[in-house]
Amino acid sequence: MNKSNSWKNLTAGFIRENPIFVMMLGMCPTLGVTTSAINGLGMGVATLFVLLLSNTLISLLKNFIPVTVRIPCYIVIIACCVTVIDMLMEAFTPEVYGALGIYIPLIVVNCIILGRAEAFAAHNNVLQSIFDAIGMGIGFTLGVTILGTVREILGAYSIFGHPFASETAEPLLLFIMPPGAFLALAGLMLMFNKLKRQK
Amino acid sequence: MSYLTIFIAAVFVNNIVLSQFLGICPFLGVSKKISTALGMGCAVMFVMTLSGIVTHLVYYQLLVPFNLTYMQTIVFILVIASLVQMVEIVLKKTAPILYQALGIFLPLITTNCAVLGVAILAIQKDYGLLSAVCFNLANAIGFTLAIVLFAGIREKLDRAGVPEALKGAPIALITAGLLSMAFIGFSGVGN
Repeated sequence: MNKSNSWKNLTAGFIRENPIFVMMLGMCPTLGVTTSAINGLGMGVATLFVLLLSNTLISLLKNFIPVTVRIPCYIVIIACCVTVIDMLMEAFTPEVYGALGIYIPLIVVNCIILGRAEAFAAHNNVLQSIFDAIGMGIGFTLGVTILGTVREILGAYSIFGHPFASETAEPLLLFIMPPGAFLALAGLMLMFNKLKRQK
Repeated sequence: MSYLTIFIAAVFVNNIVLSQFLGICPFLGVSKKISTALGMGCAVMFVMTLSGIVTHLVYYQLLVPFNLTYMQTIVFILVIASLVQMVEIVLKKTAPILYQALGIFLPLITTNCAVLGVAILAIQKDYGLLSAVCFNLANAIGFTLAIVLFAGIREKLDRAGVPEALKGAPIALITAGLLSMAFIGFSGVGN
């Protein structure tokens, strides 16, 4: 593996193969927790760490896992990683932990994690798998943070918890309610598609 | 809380897909035709109700007495994965017709976050066994209702002239947003 290949693996997740906008993976947390930019960022970072741990472990163990039972093995490894992150977050960031609630244990079934394990970590060495995990994790974090920011700006008139409008102004509450999640993501994808076509 | 309240709250007020965002992947992925959507819904209903019973028993008879509640995530996903596998084998032997109808959807259910999510929610809400079963079944019905409605709209959309940039995912998301807006109308019912 040469240097340019590592760079390619690292940056693939940013835009070219962005897990949210291009591959449409991990939609549940994407829509569920992005009521504010901070929550989105918290979810993104938690997913990044789980992905990093699971990709590393699976890449290390790939020669010991029999091919026929690989999916259950991957799921157990991922579930262990999630439990570790879950406990760490409960101890060190109780506020974010409370806000993300049930979506933390649900990282187990986030398709990005299993998808990257199956598509990348199972065929590549540890170093490249780490690059891939970081790239995909950052791509996911970018996506959820942007979506969270957009929803917070429209739905609460604030950015990262700092209000920018007068208190009497009435924000578009719809955007922090469930339908707003679908509509905001639809809008972002529309822009993404337009930009891609212009290139 | 009565079973009816749990039921209505889970199907309409807190619809699992449209207001809790669980199970979005199959909701967007397997909703191009009403018939496949219905098949997926039935398979989810089957597995979700069963997993509700099993995870409830495992949690209160095994994890709580041995102080292992922190293993919840790992144990539940294992229970669901093996349950799906078992249902597949049993159906194949005993009800080949049902197996043919549900077969292709069953493996997909392991990674359906709605099943794990509802199992965890039922534990968080401290339901007894019967309430938990009712809660699981109601959520499964809510899922089926949402995915079938959505598939119905998408079948019609196929024939509509959608702008080029909106084709595919964006228009599906807008449709889901409108559907979710309609379900907001139920909020407050059953409180």
